[in-house]
Amino acid sequence: MSTMHRPVTAPEEETLLSPKRGVRARPLFDPPIVKSALRQSFLKLNPATLIKNPVMFVVEVGAALTTVLMLRNLAAGAGQIGFEFQITLWLWFTVLFANFAEAMAEARGKAQADTLRRTKTETRARRLLDSGEIEIVPSSALRAGDVVLCEADEVIPGDGEVIEGVASVDESVITGESAPVIRESGGDRSAVTGGTRVLSDQIKIRISSNPGETFLDRMIRLVEGAQRQKTPNEIALNILIAGLTLIFLLAVVTLQPYAAYAVDTTKAGSVPSIVVLVSLLVCLIPTTIGGLLSAIGIAGMDRVMQHNVLAMSGKAVEASGDVTTLLLDKTGTITLGNRQAVEFIPTDGVTEAELADVAQLSSLADETPEGRSIVVLAKEKFGFRGRNILEHEAEFIPFSAYTRMSGVDWQGRRLRKGATDAVVKFVTEQGGRVPSSLTEASDRISRNGGTPLAVADGARALGIVHLKDIVKGGMRERLKHLRTMGIRSVMITGDNPLTAAAIAQEAGVDDFLAQATPEDKLAYIRKEQSLGRLVAMTGDGTNDAPALAQADVGVAMNSGTTAAKEAGNMVDLDSNPTKLLEIVSIGKQLLITRGALTTFSIANDIAKYFAIIPAMFVSTYPVLGRLNVMHLHSPESAVLSAVIFNALIIIALVPLALRGVRCKPQDAASLLRRNLLIYGIGGIIAPFPGIWLIDRVLGLLHLA
Amino acid sequence: MTTSGILYIIVFFLVLLAITKPLGSFMADVYEGRRTFLHPVLGWVENLIYRASGVREEEEQRWTEYAASLLAFSLVSFVFVYFLQRLQGLLPLNPMGFGTAHPPAGATPVTPDLAFNTAVSFMTNTNWQAYGGETTLSYFVQMAALTVQNFVSAAAGMAVAMALIRGFARKQAKTIGNFWVDLTRGTVYILLPLSLLFALFLCARGVPQTLAHYIQATTLQGAHQTIAVGPVASQEAIKMLGTNGGGFFNANSSHPYENPTPLTNFIEILSMLAIPAGLTYTFGKMVGDTRQGWTLFTVMSVMMLGGFLICCSAEQSGNPVLTRMGVQTAHTQTQDGGNMEGKEVRFGIASSALWATVTTDVSCGSVNSMHDSYTPIGGLVPLFNLQTDEVIFGGDGSGLYGILLYAIVGVFIAGLMVGRTPEYLGKKIEQKEVKMAMIAVIATAFSILIFTGLTLDMHFKANGYWNPPGAAIANFNNGGPHGFSELLYAFSSASENNGSAFAGINVNTPWYNLMLGLAMLIGRFLFIIPTLAVAGSLAEKKKIPETSGTLPTQGLLFVGLLVGTIIIIGALTFFPADSLGPIVEQLLMHQGKLFSTIVFPFGS
Repeated sequence: MSTMHRPVTAPEEETLLSPKRGVRARPLFDPPIVKSALRQSFLKLNPATLIKNPVMFVVEVGAALTTVLMLRNLAAGAGQIGFEFQITLWLWFTVLFANFAEAMAEARGKAQADTLRRTKTETRARRLLDSGEIEIVPSSALRAGDVVLCEADEVIPGDGEVIEGVASVDESVITGESAPVIRESGGDRSAVTGGTRVLSDQIKIRISSNPGETFLDRMIRLVEGAQRQKTPNEIALNILIAGLTLIFLLAVVTLQPYAAYAVDTTKAGSVPSIVVLVSLLVCLIPTTIGGLLSAIGIAGMDRVMQHNVLAMSGKAVEASGDVTTLLLDKTGTITLGNRQAVEFIPTDGVTEAELADVAQLSSLADETPEGRSIVVLAKEKFGFRGRNILEHEAEFIPFSAYTRMSGVDWQGRRLRKGATDAVVKFVTEQGGRVPSSLTEASDRISRNGGTPLAVADGARALGIVHLKDIVKGGMRERLKHLRTMGIRSVMITGDNPLTAAAIAQEAGVDDFLAQATPEDKLAYIRKEQSLGRLVAMTGDGTNDAPALAQADVGVAMNSGTTAAKEAGNMVDLDSNPTKLLEIVSIGKQLLITRGALTTFSIANDIAKYFAIIPAMFVSTYPVLGRLNVMHLHSPESAVLSAVIFNALIIIALVPLALRGVRCKPQDAASLLRRNLLIYGIGGIIAPFPGIWLIDRVLGLLHLA
Repeated sequence: MTTSGILYIIVFFLVLLAITKPLGSFMADVYEGRRTFLHPVLGWVENLIYRASGVREEEEQRWTEYAASLLAFSLVSFVFVYFLQRLQGLLPLNPMGFGTAHPPAGATPVTPDLAFNTAVSFMTNTNWQAYGGETTLSYFVQMAALTVQNFVSAAAGMAVAMALIRGFARKQAKTIGNFWVDLTRGTVYILLPLSLLFALFLCARGVPQTLAHYIQATTLQGAHQTIAVGPVASQEAIKMLGTNGGGFFNANSSHPYENPTPLTNFIEILSMLAIPAGLTYTFGKMVGDTRQGWTLFTVMSVMMLGGFLICCSAEQSGNPVLTRMGVQTAHTQTQDGGNMEGKEVRFGIASSALWATVTTDVSCGSVNSMHDSYTPIGGLVPLFNLQTDEVIFGGDGSGLYGILLYAIVGVFIAGLMVGRTPEYLGKKIEQKEVKMAMIAVIATAFSILIFTGLTLDMHFKANGYWNPPGAAIANFNNGGPHGFSELLYAFSSASENNGSAFAGINVNTPWYNLMLGLAMLIGRFLFIIPTLAVAGSLAEKKKIPETSGTLPTQGLLFVGLLVGTIIIIGALTFFPADSLGPIVEQLLMHQGKLFSTIVFPFGS
């Protein structure tokens, strides 16, 4: 009954619709990042690494080929050196731009990792030996299983679990949250993270990981790309674009004999040069998505991390976009962490006003949200103002775990409110008698999941204050948005089914799991998965571990146990269960960005055909000049403009790839309509003016 | 387009729409093993086949077993057809004596390469014909070899489509049906009864069905003429229904004995489309959502009608060169006008253009007019249809599984744009599906583009086996872009298992027979095997329940998406090639240049 007095900091007053708190936004083109990315763009030209990206590898081979041909022509003094030089240059730019996009994403991830790494300062640890003696060792010498002592003002030397004692810890280095948190042995708040600082008391910690294997280390490696593995969807997309590349390769390679036949029968013009054929190939293969694909993936991971969530794999981020069922803990996620007064229930012979008055008086000094809510309710219902009773020699009785009551001694009256049995005991000790209606009301509220607070004025039991869960502001809309996106929300609560149903209805969740045990959660997840659904959940306790492991997306709270963190595939450093909703939208955004850029890339081809095909064959069939709908001023300029457009579009779309396509909560049909219009139809249209414009510029500069 | 042309297509489409649901629903019943009204009549045939062949009806196959069965069946079919042709001189029902020591004058000998080409052609449901039926093959070969393949190659295609549908419909299943059962059911309950009725109808309209000797006639001018006859109606019916297209006669359905009247013409076009159209409904019914089937039907209809409109208008506008010479080719009160070269006067522009569009949409390949004589744009429509991988209704079964592979690609790309791992009909589209769909698309593109390119580059020595000496392109009857169109069309037709020809090339040489045969094999089996792999992979997956977050795969939005995918991924690959063929030819025609002879008018 003492949930109201948990020694936690004030509840977050943020609404769920303003999720950006704690997001460490970074300017898109941070100079040091750009500098390092530029350098990396050249290093990534190494064919051995580039071969992992088949599209860009083909472009590089094409660029190398034109370079050789250009040099040969230069030596022989033949060919159109100016044109060939420009084509070669832009083909290399195409590869470099793609490399730059990837390097940018990696560099941003690395910068994020460096921020994390800064928390990993070398400290000295006090290791407890089996003999009971203490030796001082550097934190890097600690191994899993070692036990260390930490007291106030010391930095915790490594990830571990509190096995003895309780302390308040400042975790602001990882969470950015300045309020200290309590870490104690046993229970679900036993995990501590290396680099955080003990503020008070002394704790004994069992170190849980070897140096270099902590969550932070793993995460840093992941974002730095060393361990980045392609996600399933990314591999499938790679297959698709590699397949398209192969098809266009066939189309371009065979164009040579086709053109030779045409030249042969017309006895006019010449077969397009290799340089022109390579240009056509590079323009047709999906270089836009090929160049940006890995950047999109890395940036997605990075965005998750900007929300202070560590994802253990890119796969987990991708899966979160697919989630169709969200398991949300009631307390802290759907409802405010604290309950609020909603009703005064007086016993026989007591008016509601009298009860409200005493309840308010006894709560005036109570700074807990529950206490404040009683003051507010009395004011709203009966217009009682908060009286300044301090002037009247009032003595406040703070809450204690022993009395489980709080209140005030004022003008000889002993006003108390607290747990029903405690107040009953208090009244009986004063010689008073407790009417059965009071205990009945109390039981009824308990049964329905509310919290009853009994109120007494000395020996007189006055009645019950009904405290109830309050659904967070904006939650209803938020859950409605989820439903629009096709995601079911399920509330998990320890409450009985009646209460759960009431809150579920109020919050607008699709389903609820009442009196949920960890086994129930696990069974529920399995049931959902057997229906083909993907489930995401948050958890912090050791007994959540099986469910976290079973869920497709399991977000463990950083404040949770090591077991929970090991079981999940993400860790929320802020320990904010609402974060699940952001993670889902980041996953969706990642997939949408990939789809949008693929569509755009493929749709672009139509315009490029109209630029290059007439240019290629106009010397053989002058009449094909009719297909030159953009009226590009010369065949060379047409080919060059298409190649330049193709290269520049990669750079132009880097910001989109890094930030992700905007994702509003919409149903799939409207989302598809919108994105098809922008990236499909837009992708067909956009290159026409783009190529035309480049052609004009080239003409003005006398480049082609 | 003329008013009568517009009316013709409207009536035609309404009739097609009307038969799609009943036929589709019936086919779903047949393949799902439910009793139909035909079971009391034909049930014993099915059972007899199972008993005779030892097929156990309830036994299910994994996709690998299913594919192995299909391949084994195809191999046996090939060997059978090959040897029947080679040995036709020793076999009965050969009144004209083909393949004997005394063949009729002008008969084409069945060489090993021609027999290979024809056997592959009929086994793969292509029905490319490098021979003229009435001057090459005996009645026995036409009936026992070719007509039988017309049935079973179509039934095999439908079986693969069923396997793929089951892949979508089933949940976490290891198997996708039994090839032998699907083959039997398709043949016994669908193809046989429909063909029987249709053949009787054709007989009634004057199509011959006889085993007698060709008729020796004396014309009014006193000239002697041999009129070829034979068991035509029986082959004609399944040739259309089975989307085969291999005519009894060289002139195919422009021959009055294959297609005597405008009514038979109408019904023959309809019969090409009947099963492919019906299968879209079968698909919808079997996956439990008929809207899905109608969506595919709409995609196919939009592309078919679009193609028809372009083709028909191009033909109706006629040839500007003739107009400039003072020939009246416009539509007037006394004539329909248009480009009538190579068309039958009794059919006219609209029904010829419709036939040309439909026969290349549905992978049939029969013709009632000569595509080679179409205006370039009119001829581009059939060529484009081939290059879409034959998914605009497509062949029996092959059209449906083809468009489903495109749907997989389309869903994969666009499906990402709704923020989920793409799924189609509740099945996640992942690596394996994408890989297999791409293999299928690449295989046909490879076959068309590479074989065309190779042939352009080929030169043969004197006295060689492959071809008469000189360039392979010397076999063309036309030069310039038109000759190129003929070649591109030939390999497109073979690779897509269509079988229609632009004609204009002498293709009965070992080089063309073998290369085209290879193209047919690639187009058939490198499409079917990946399709079955997809079926197996999909069947194993869970079915994800539909929510408002699921990509809607029914409705107009998806129609647009799928049409876009087919055009951009499927056909745009061929735009450079097409631009050197029909596209430039059309532009040149307006400048007054034609390519009727090998002598190229340029530079002269």
